[in-house]
Order: sequence, then structure tokens, then C-alpha cells
Amino acid sequence: MSYFLIFISAAIVNNYVLSAFLGICPFVGVSKKIGPALSMGMATTFVMTLTAAVAWLINKYILIGLNLQFLQIVSFILVIASLVQLVEMFVRKASKPLYDALGIFLPLITTNCAILGVALFLVMKEYNFLESVVFGFSAGAGFTLAIIIMAGIREELELADVPQHFRGAPITMIVAGCLALAFMGFAGLI
Amino acid sequence: MAHEKTSLCTEFTKGFWKENPVLRMLLGLCPTLAVTSAAINGLSMGLAVVFTLVLSSMIISLVRNLIPREVRIPSFIIVIATFVTVADLSMAAFVPDISKALGPYVPLIVVNCIILGRQEAFASKNSVGRSVIDALGMSLGFTITLTFLGAIRELLGSGTIFSVQIMPNAFEPWMVMILPPGAFLTLGLMIGTANWLTARKGKSA
Repeated sequence: MSYFLIFISAAIVNNYVLSAFLGICPFVGVSKKIGPALSMGMATTFVMTLTAAVAWLINKYILIGLNLQFLQIVSFILVIASLVQLVEMFVRKASKPLYDALGIFLPLITTNCAILGVALFLVMKEYNFLESVVFGFSAGAGFTLAIIIMAGIREELELADVPQHFRGAPITMIVAGCLALAFMGFAGLI
Repeated sequence: MAHEKTSLCTEFTKGFWKENPVLRMLLGLCPTLAVTSAAINGLSMGLAVVFTLVLSSMIISLVRNLIPREVRIPSFIIVIATFVTVADLSMAAFVPDISKALGPYVPLIVVNCIILGRQEAFASKNSVGRSVIDALGMSLGFTITLTFLGAIRELLGSGTIFSVQIMPNAFEPWMVMILPPGAFLTLGLMIGTANWLTARKGKSA
């Protein structure tokens, strides 16, 4: 039951994009069309789940084990960067179709603050190993949900008559505001 | 190089408006949205960025000729992460309340695109002096934008600015402004207004 709660909490109630403001750059940058948005969401979910597992192990056995918590930020960011590189090489060898689907989005994920956010949050919330993995996956699922909804709205927005100076980023922000308002309705769930 | 001719003064002030990281270049949006529920949080976040950006720019432009091109990004990230750790731990020690309010967003400065962007675009190609001036201008532009955004949200959301009561008692605070949707709405309106102002300025010139 508690895993289910973690899932609902990370994916919907505390949605990463709309209530924790993590991963805004890809959310604004890659949400013009549903196709690429879905690939970005999948790639992010994949890396987030892996990061959660690896970050938990590193934090527990290396950082806390050796009393080196002050190296947390440096080691997490290095691990994420190398993990993304590793995943990219592995996916290219193992599954060509998946690699083509994720494409350019994999390397871009390194600088996605949502990934580092997952690592920092799971340390802060003191999850155990399995909870961390579930948390990483749910955060990714929430990100995917938000970016696909956004892409769907923006495809329609192309046809709308938006005031000239508000086209592009400003209207995207305002739409995101309305989405965030809608997602606040879930706040009572937990 | 034509680039070298721009005066130090232009280098300093471009971050305030012409190349303002948040409003014009849309960089560093995550902390911008997340911490600006009050003006004081925006200001402290901005100052943490000033500290990190100025010192990392200084170090990176000092060693810019020693780093091989292929490994420059990882090296930049290590330098930045070091200064972010210093900022994070000092804030936790000296201003624990603010550190608690900013939460994980201080460590997240590491992946703030403004910082890596300035290293890649400026500090790795220019002398120490110019890099520091550039970093100072950019990060102050960021700080001003954040403080302004925080002030608007705090004024409408709690009727105060820097915790000083501004609105009359009869004013009913708009709770939504200090909640996540208010951040998106206010920033959207600010970017739109900035676009409009720039376009108008361009027309009259």
C-alpha cells in the first residue's frame, strides 16, 4: 500500500513539473509535439529510475559509510553524468529501435534538474531501497504525464490567436499555470 | 577580435536587461519558479547564484588554457559543484531559516543552465577580469528578476514585501499567488511584458 501511496504522491499530487518546478527546461523546450514529448518522457523515466537506485546505494554505502556527506552534490552529479553516458552506449548496442526513439534526448537529460532532484529528495525523505526505485519511477511517470498534456495543448495553441508578444514561452507559462491549478485539485488525495 | 572591444561597462550591464538570463534567454527557470513565493527567498537564492557564478567563472577562466577541450564540461561541473557545496553548507550554518525555506533548490544550482552556460559561452574564452564582470552582471540580473518576481507574488499572495505589511488590512490575500500556479502565471506575464517592452523600444529607436 505504501508503494502505491508513493506512486500517487510523486506522480500526481506532488507532480515534479507542476508543483515542484523541476525539469522546466525540457518541459518548455520539448513540448511542441506529442511524439518527441513522449520520447523525452520515456527517456527521463528510464534514467530517473536508474538514478534513484544508484544514488541510494552510493548515499548509503559510500557517503554515509565513509562519513563523506559533504561530497553529496559532487558525487551525485558525476554519477548521473556517467550513468547517462553508460545508458546511452548500452541502449545503442542492445536495442536499436529504443535508441532511435530516445535519440538526442538521452544526453540532454544530464542537465535536467529533475534527475538530480530525485537523488536529493530520496536522501531527504529517507526512503529505503525499494521505495527509492518506486519514487524515481513515479516521478518520471509524473513528468511524462505533464509533458504530454502540455504538448497536446500546445498543438492546439498553434491555431489560437495569441497576442504577438505572448507567443512561445509566455503563453506556455500561463498554460502551465492553469495546469498547475488543475493539479492542485489532487492535493486532498493523500 | 571585435568581441574584445565591447567596454567593461556593457559587459556588466547586459545581464540586467538585454541578455537577462530569465526574461530574455529563459535560463534557470526551475529555481526562478520554485523559490519566489516571497521576496526574501528570491533575494537569497539570487545571492547564492552570485556567489557560485562569480567564483566559478573566476576559477574557470584562470585554468581555461589547462583544460583539454574534450573534458571541459565535466571539469566545469566539478568546479561549480564545489562552490555550490560551499554555498549550501554555509547557508545551512549561518542562515538556517532561509536554507530550510529554499530546501533542495540550493544544491540544484549545480544544474542551473545559467552557470554552465556562462562558463561555456564566456569564461572559457575570456580573461579573468572580464569573466568576473560578466558573471557579476549576469547573476545580479538574475537576482533582480528573482527579487522582483518574489515581491509581486508576496505582495498579492500575502499583502507584504520583505515581510513588511504593504496592503491595507481589508485586502484579501490571493492565496494562489504564493502557490505553484501563481509562479507560472506571474512569470508568463513578466516574460510577455518584457517582450512587449523590447519590441516597443526597438520600434522607437
